[in-house]
Amino acid sequence: MSEKNHNVSRRQFLTYTLMGVGGFMGAAMVMPMVRFAVDPILQADAAGDMNELTALSDLTEEPQAFSLTYEVEDGWVTQTMEDTVWAYLSGDEVVALSPTCTHLGCTVNFGGDENNPDQFFCPCHFGRFEIDGTNVPGTPPTEPLHRYDTEIRDGVIYVGRPQPQQ
Amino acid sequence: MLQRIYDWIDDRIDITPIWRDIADHEVPEHVNPGHHFSAFVYCFGGLTFFTVVIQILSGMFLTMYYVPDIVNAHASVEYLQSEVAFGMIVRGMHHWGASVVIVMMFLHTLRVFFTGSYKKPREINWVVGVLIFFVILALGLTGYLLPWDMKAYFATQVTLEIVASVPVVGDTLETLIAGGEVIGAQTLTRFFAIHVFFLPGALLGLIAVHFIMIRRQGISGPL
Repeated sequence: MSEKNHNVSRRQFLTYTLMGVGGFMGAAMVMPMVRFAVDPILQADAAGDMNELTALSDLTEEPQAFSLTYEVEDGWVTQTMEDTVWAYLSGDEVVALSPTCTHLGCTVNFGGDENNPDQFFCPCHFGRFEIDGTNVPGTPPTEPLHRYDTEIRDGVIYVGRPQPQQ
Repeated sequence: MLQRIYDWIDDRIDITPIWRDIADHEVPEHVNPGHHFSAFVYCFGGLTFFTVVIQILSGMFLTMYYVPDIVNAHASVEYLQSEVAFGMIVRGMHHWGASVVIVMMFLHTLRVFFTGSYKKPREINWVVGVLIFFVILALGLTGYLLPWDMKAYFATQVTLEIVASVPVVGDTLETLIAGGEVIGAQTLTRFFAIHVFFLPGALLGLIAVHFIMIRRQGISGPL
């Protein structure tokens, strides 16, 4: 090969090959660490488990707060979590609502506001929700309270995870 | 594109002299394996540094999952090793890399010794190198306890027995290093802090001094 008419000079060729090989080796070194670090966002959700809430006979037409305990796999520990669920009967249908306000995440209470005893009330910014969880227009929340999937087996209510209702 | 970004920055803050100072220096023929293949023995210092960089990187990532606590330490190591993607690789890099650092550093020491590179005017750099040697050994020793398994526990017991055999101050020193009367919760947190903060800090400082002196004095001449 003659020394003339090279489109790529010797220096450029060396730069490209060294940068290429170096980049490949660097990537091989760093890639496992990056994948290791981002693992939590690629782990499958543990959603879908149904947990026992209470007996069906405990429910009335009036919403009551029940505590829901369930276990969460958290890395190398299994945590027992405790949530509150507001549940009541609407005809034959079981309605189970999450008490987390859809405004900024405070906890709502049923009948917490003396002037609106038939609504859920959030003490932080006076957000209100109808009994079925629909947010009252003119108060801060912009969407209804999240609702649990429910399942009844042998007179016992099981709930999944709260889902947005619409 | 990259060139233009570089030029834009260089135009404003003049970074070229900074990296030229670091990267642009003569490599004498007698240390260039391209000229004499046997000159590869001059690579061991650089290889030691390279493995140290891998140790620092993989160690940083390992602390995302590791907890220095007697109840959870082993469980967290088992979790990151068996459940997290590439956990086995990242911990493997740190585990095997620890041995590679020691081997490379030993070969580097032998090279410096047999080429007489420690002689005047480079005596201070030899001393700094020996300090680095001790820091690396201490890093290996403190890291050994962190998985909190049987091997870790009993190896540390032996270490502390050795420390206790020091005349006069032995017992005090043992309590200081173990953080108490038993090898336990306080030993683990202590070793973790030393392994992850104190020794790497000391190591980076010493390495900086080591490198600055090499650049000041140049590479020692051919045999």
